[in-house]
Amino acid sequence: MTSKLKQALMSYMAGNMTCKAVTNVITDYLEGALPFWDWVRFHMHLGMCFGCRNYLRQMKQTIKTLEKLPSEPMPPAIRDELLKRFKDWKR
Amino acid sequence: MSAPVPSPQEAETLKALLQGDEAAFSALVETYYSPLLRLAMAHVPSQAVAEEVVQETWLGVLEGLPKFEGRSSLKTWIFRILINRAKTRGIRERRYEPLSHGFLDDEGNEQPEQEYFLASGPMSDHWAVLPQSWDAATPERLLLSKESRTQIDAAIASLPPTQRHVITLRDVEGFTSLEVCNILDLTETNQRVLLHRARSRSERYWSPMCKDLT
Repeated sequence: MTSKLKQALMSYMAGNMTCKAVTNVITDYLEGALPFWDWVRFHMHLGMCFGCRNYLRQMKQTIKTLEKLPSEPMPPAIRDELLKRFKDWKR
Repeated sequence: MSAPVPSPQEAETLKALLQGDEAAFSALVETYYSPLLRLAMAHVPSQAVAEEVVQETWLGVLEGLPKFEGRSSLKTWIFRILINRAKTRGIRERRYEPLSHGFLDDEGNEQPEQEYFLASGPMSDHWAVLPQSWDAATPERLLLSKESRTQIDAAIASLPPTQRHVITLRDVEGFTSLEVCNILDLTETNQRVLLHRARSRSERYWSPMCKDLT
């Protein structure tokens, strides 16, 4: 089977969800907001598409990177100033 | 969607604050410092100004606290004060020209570009060039290098303000989608669209760096 034919066949079996469509709904998928049949087609496509599997993994790694960004530490001077204001406010 | 009222835990905090409990105030200020600062950064030109906005916000909180009626959660209320003040301050800062977002605005489309996909034929809208896999240790390695840290910050800084708020609160600071919807007054769907654009842009922005890692 020629690779073009094989690809076309795979595309058909994936319920015609294109790679572009996968990238469009990827956040809906990750947020658990994909309607059931779209979810099925998403998975069918992913099962057959190396590129989209990589793209999904990249997205997850992107999110994980953001999650791991360290918090901004509060400068002690700001904490002291705010506590002073709070004490004044109390009175 | 109605904003949730203060949780029982928040009601406790509120009571403690009104009684002048310094430890409760200190803990609250500490907990919200990082997300408040990051949100302020989306509107003002420098970290120093953002720090001022955070301080002003807390003074505003203290001022409004006796009148706080609990029609939203305490968290939502505090973050809304911050955003209002940051916006006002951003406009007032004469020197500050809003960052150029190129072709982007909050309506801007942030999928991978059309040229990433085949334009015609039986495989149209499928990848023209398959995305490569990134190194499994990508997040750690990105964060370790000073150069790539700069790139990550630059990617976030280049986003339009609302997208930047959504990705900061959801992904960086770990807020729930409901909290983000309430703070930014967005519908669930709208929030998801903004999150999608922000994540897609970030992915695209630092993708070349990640390929170099492998």
